[in-house]
Amino acid sequence: MVDRRYELAVIGAGPAGLTAATTAAGHGLDVVLLDEQAAPGGQIYRSIEDAPARRAELLGPDYRHGAGLVEAFRTGGAHYCPDTSVWSLGADREIGVLRDGRASLIRAQRIIIAVGAMERPVPFPGWTLPGVMNAGAAQVLFKSSGIAPAQGTVIAGTGPLLLLLAWQYLRAGVPVSAVLEMAAPGHFLRAVPRLPAALLAGHYITRGMKYLWQLRRAGIPVRYGVSGLRALGDGTLDVVEYLRHGRRVRIASDSLLVHFGLVPNMHLAEAAGCRHRWDEGQQCWRPVVDAWGNTSIEGIAVAGDNAAIGGARTAAHAGHLAALEAAHALGRIDARQRDTRGKDDRAWMRADLRIRPFLEALHRLPQSLLATPDDDTVVCRCEEITAGEIRRAVREGHADPNQVKFITRCGMGPCQGQQCVHAVSHIVAAETGQPVAGQIPLRARPPLRPVTIEALAQLEAEAAPT
Amino acid sequence: MNADVVIVGGGLVGSSAALHLALRGQRVMVVEKNSPGRHASGVNAGGLRRLNRHLPEIPLAVAAAEMWRDMRTLVGSDCDVKLGGQVRVAENDADMHALEERATQVRALGFTHEQVIDRDRLYRLVPALAPHCVGALYVAGDGFARPYHALTAFRHKAEALGVDYRTGLRVTDVDRPGERWRLMAEDGGVFEAPVLVNCAGAWAHHLCASLNEPVPLTVGAPMMMVTERLPMFLEPVVAAASRKLSFKQMQNGTVLIGGAHRGGHDLARETTSIDFRRLGESSRNAAALFPRMRDVRIVRAWAGLEAFLPDDIPVIGPSLTAPDVYHAFGFCAHGFQLAPVVGRILSELIVDGRSSLPIAPFSIGRFQKVAVAD
Ligand SMILES: Cc1cc2nc3c(=O)[nH]c(=O)nc-3n(C[C@H](O)[C@H](O)[C@H](O)COP(=O)(O)OP(=O)(O)OC[C@H]3O[C@@H](n4cnc5c(N)ncnc54)[C@H](O)[C@@H]3O)c2cc1C
Ligand SMILES: Cc1cc2nc3c(=O)[nH]c(=O)nc-3n(C[C@H](O)[C@H](O)[C@H](O)COP(=O)(O)OP(=O)(O)OC[C@H]3O[C@@H](n4cnc5c(N)ncnc54)[C@H](O)[C@@H]3O)c2cc1C
Repeated sequence: MVDRRYELAVIGAGPAGLTAATTAAGHGLDVVLLDEQAAPGGQIYRSIEDAPARRAELLGPDYRHGAGLVEAFRTGGAHYCPDTSVWSLGADREIGVLRDGRASLIRAQRIIIAVGAMERPVPFPGWTLPGVMNAGAAQVLFKSSGIAPAQGTVIAGTGPLLLLLAWQYLRAGVPVSAVLEMAAPGHFLRAVPRLPAALLAGHYITRGMKYLWQLRRAGIPVRYGVSGLRALGDGTLDVVEYLRHGRRVRIASDSLLVHFGLVPNMHLAEAAGCRHRWDEGQQCWRPVVDAWGNTSIEGIAVAGDNAAIGGARTAAHAGHLAALEAAHALGRIDARQRDTRGKDDRAWMRADLRIRPFLEALHRLPQSLLATPDDDTVVCRCEEITAGEIRRAVREGHADPNQVKFITRCGMGPCQGQQCVHAVSHIVAAETGQPVAGQIPLRARPPLRPVTIEALAQLEAEAAPT
Repeated sequence: MNADVVIVGGGLVGSSAALHLALRGQRVMVVEKNSPGRHASGVNAGGLRRLNRHLPEIPLAVAAAEMWRDMRTLVGSDCDVKLGGQVRVAENDADMHALEERATQVRALGFTHEQVIDRDRLYRLVPALAPHCVGALYVAGDGFARPYHALTAFRHKAEALGVDYRTGLRVTDVDRPGERWRLMAEDGGVFEAPVLVNCAGAWAHHLCASLNEPVPLTVGAPMMMVTERLPMFLEPVVAAASRKLSFKQMQNGTVLIGGAHRGGHDLARETTSIDFRRLGESSRNAAALFPRMRDVRIVRAWAGLEAFLPDDIPVIGPSLTAPDVYHAFGFCAHGFQLAPVVGRILSELIVDGRSSLPIAPFSIGRFQKVAVAD
């Protein structure tokens, strides 16, 4: 089923990819949607088709919004390949896919990459200890299988997901010992109500007030102005330590869930050679795109959180726009039809752009989190390279991220630098005194998902006839 | 700085030339458009091979092998060399016959490093090898090093001796208005020196064109892939008589698989792309010789830009059209091993006026007849 050519391949079945695939199929395109999950929905609408009513209820109205998207996709006529990982993407629009351990290569005339975002990995002392986990990942586990830390947990980091998750745990009866907010305190809750309501409704990141109020009422400590986070323990996590008002505080806990916002999943676009630029507002790399999501590589577009972090609603609009552009490029609609049909989406995107600086300012991470000052902290988990080793490499003349990678192996492991690319950029920038924007980010090398020799060995036999 | 010699290209060949020239008291400047080691010299497979060299390369490869063995003396670092030997495996009698002929040829030139070994010896050296092989050609003391570490060691030593690296500067043109060469850089900078050395790797033909000395250089992008870490199971580097394969286990347990398969490239944008169908062939070859590799995961594949020449050996020696210009390029995917000695040869040519090793076969003149005939 995957071994052939398509007019359009969409990678990722979140709100962006679902909308793109449905829209394109609706315009008569021969579309395939590839996603490594077992069911459509992406991060936010994960397992939406089979969430038990009570859990969907617990997770709030957001979650149910996705049901409509998924249903439209199911009946819309696009080919769907679940459990299918994309492990390579070339500028020639050849896609390496892996399904049931079998690798194959498919081609499409147009590609829309809609692989979403990942939680920003922030190295801090002890972050690799078992017991420390990303809060978003914990939330996904909770959403998809109802699993939560049995003995309770501490939730730390920045942004509204902390409150959201604490609130979801509260409603499910999971003990939360504290919520530790590490961004600049205060102005978030005061400012949010003054922003355009229609847009904010789509931003999960702006719904904190209700959660905060309910958490406080339940007696869960929510601390602002936290710094110096450390995870301590001999082999596994025992104690969470932090600084607040100049005092060192310790909490005994075998679980620490951290979240420091989202960064685009940049690796597929990067591997294809799409130009990236540093987004100072979002403190991350992202692909250079036009209003339709077209990247610098002909025929390859990006849509959704992997283009820029904007939330589920924005992702859906972006997916719609990218699909209209594909329909136009493949001759199904003319430019005028494309422009007319994309009018609402573009209005939404423009409004979204207007509030973005405000949201970005709210969620800026302090330098101490971006570039850990602690030399012993591991930055590259795959190759176990510390911040100190990176700094030493820079001092020895390896003055950009890719030279640091060559000499230290930082970013050469199975994750291809997806975990450390941002931290390395910040550390190198701080050490050289040069802005991140002037760097070339750690180069992503395929395969972006490990592929066995056996699977590669079958490639020729499985290749599509040309 | 008032340089005696300016070198275009800060790869391992340019850096080795710089180091050897500095050791001979020359003031050297290296102009590099990216960062040293950004291209072939930083991303190659690190193979240190005398085994199966082109015949004219043998004296150079043998001299280079001696330098690698004692690399700490030259650059203050062993460059992570591991000299566990290299074998070229015969999978049938025809293979074995070809390898025996090769060994005879090499012996006739007075070299004894390539030995034919029988099946028993082969399996003692490479117990993990698939059982069908019949023997091999073997060079003890061949092996590999870590390329970017080697490049860094050469660069640091050269810098310690006063070599001036100018990085991020692309040389766009050269001329010689008087007695000195003048190099124009993209940013408007100008460098001058009496002697010019072309170590520009996959871009060397551009410099040749400026010198009115065209060469039939083609650019290729050899591909490599590396596996996850495995328990140590392999000492020598393994190649095969009738397969495109190079297979070695690195110090950290990962296995590096190459085999001269080429990917795509764009020289102007300086990018490469992976052709997974061809890596599929490398995978089949690896699995045929090491069945245990089937379930092992590949974690990274890459390609590097390399200069190739039609007869598969480099150009090393003076320009025949321009005075005080020396070339060293076109290493056809086996220049890493040679780089230490090629740098020394360039320093001899420039300082002494002659090379201590035979370099006539590498003259650029071998192409000029062809170029004229065109
Ligand atoms: C851990 C996490 C938790 C979040 N929690 C919330 C929340 O509670 N509330 C909220 O409003 N927002 C949340 N967000 C943000 C929200 O998920 C996004 O704004 C929204 O989902 C973006 O939609 P998208 O279509 O761009 O990408 P996504 O919904 O992320 O979809 C991307 C899809 O691409 C697939 N994919 C990725 N790489 C590959 C590959 N190589 N091969 C094949 N498939 C691939 C993924 O499996 C996924 O299904 C969360 C984000 C993350 C990362
Ligand atoms: C994947 C791969 C595997 C290989 N494996 C092996 C192996 O196992 N063993 C082995 O012996 N060899 C191997 N090789 C070959 C070896 O890497 C090369 O032959 C060798 O590194 C060539 O060195 P160099 O200095 O000439 O070239 P390079 O390292 O390419 O250096 C040339 C430099 O010149 C610079 N430059 C070019 N033009 C200009 C200009 N106009 N201005 C300024 N700077 C310029 C470039 O930026 C570049 O850095 C391999 C090559 C590749 C690609």
